[in-house]
Amino acid sequence: MSVIQALDISLAVLVLAVAIWTIVSRDAFAAVVGYVAYGLLVSLVWVRLFAVDVALTEAAIGSGVTGVLLISAAVRLRGTEAAVAAEWPGAGSRVLAAALCMVVTAALAAVVLTMPDPGATLAPEAARHLAETELGNPVTAVLMAFRALDTLLEKVVLFLAVIGVWSLAADGNWGGIAGPRRATNRQGALAFLAQLLPPVGIVVAIHIVWIGANEPGGAFQGGAILAAMWMIVIMARLAEAPAIGERRLRLALVAGPAVFLAVGLMGFAVANAFLAYPAGLAKPLIVFVEVFMTLSIAVSLPMLVLGPPDRPSS
Amino acid sequence: MSAPTLAGLTGAALVGLGLYGLLVHPHPLRKLLGFNLLGSGVFLLFGIIARKGAAAGFAADPVPQAMVITGIVVAFCATALSVALLLRLFEAGGAATLRPDVGRDDSD
Repeated sequence: MSVIQALDISLAVLVLAVAIWTIVSRDAFAAVVGYVAYGLLVSLVWVRLFAVDVALTEAAIGSGVTGVLLISAAVRLRGTEAAVAAEWPGAGSRVLAAALCMVVTAALAAVVLTMPDPGATLAPEAARHLAETELGNPVTAVLMAFRALDTLLEKVVLFLAVIGVWSLAADGNWGGIAGPRRATNRQGALAFLAQLLPPVGIVVAIHIVWIGANEPGGAFQGGAILAAMWMIVIMARLAEAPAIGERRLRLALVAGPAVFLAVGLMGFAVANAFLAYPAGLAKPLIVFVEVFMTLSIAVSLPMLVLGPPDRPSS
Repeated sequence: MSAPTLAGLTGAALVGLGLYGLLVHPHPLRKLLGFNLLGSGVFLLFGIIARKGAAAGFAADPVPQAMVITGIVVAFCATALSVALLLRLFEAGGAATLRPDVGRDDSD
């Protein structure tokens, strides 16, 4: 067994151990902290699968932003676990559920072990048409050109999720400052980090968006890093969260899907199909759309994490 | 055993674990954690399909990779909306439970 193999096996064991911890841990807060660690470990597995774009997305969104969301929820829901302790299903149901889950796992494992290698692939198709997009990163080409409709709809889902979260605000708070009221504590490590990290984070985020055309990276990953920078500033109370009625905020939220849709519709006129790019202009148009997508992601993610406003705007 | 097969088996185990948490845990936040584990297991299964589709000079098929990236963002949206609903439920009824008979008498 080589060193790499030993590392792979330890990584798999570690991932599963942390995953079991998030299920069996008695305390919800501890389980959520376990989930953050789990996300980072899974992004290492993605690196081992040679899917660096996915690894970046998993680390930034799957672990980072989801982690902040779940940790703040776990803190607000502290003490609610004792009340539901009586609702645990009986031992018989638990054994039955465990058996069912094992059957599902066994079936999937059988599929994994009998999967043909090399398997079905669209990689040659992607390679053949990659030159037409003038991009170097095939994943970005799939996201922004070959399967651009998926990405457009995903941006719409993100937008609808923000509307869904906002719509949970009480009537009197509509248009108010996003998120719960926070204690004014400008001291401490968080405030220090909130001053130290953003300058570096913003540069890294812009770099990741820009190189996304040719290297692993892109609007999703860069947007998530920008979102994280904004969130840490808000959480450290160095800046107030925006009021959800603010016009600038709303424009930033719709910019991504709107510009993408406009470029897509323009495809009818200049390239004879929805979301088609005219020859020679594909890359500039894709980068143009990605800039607005990054803006929308960077604004949407904090809105989803902060939650609905619980006070009116002053 | 190769790295992709190992990752695929890890994914299969994660789907089972997540499903168990989703079914058995009474607390909605723990159900959400289970839902996310399940989702990430399914994504890893996509990962092995991508890796086994390595061809034309690419280390992995880019199409499943792009689908997973889209999936991660959509899973986050679903999680965020569920958390917001859960916190609203807690504010309205004073308890974070999915039992239909709790918090009904509340005026909110």
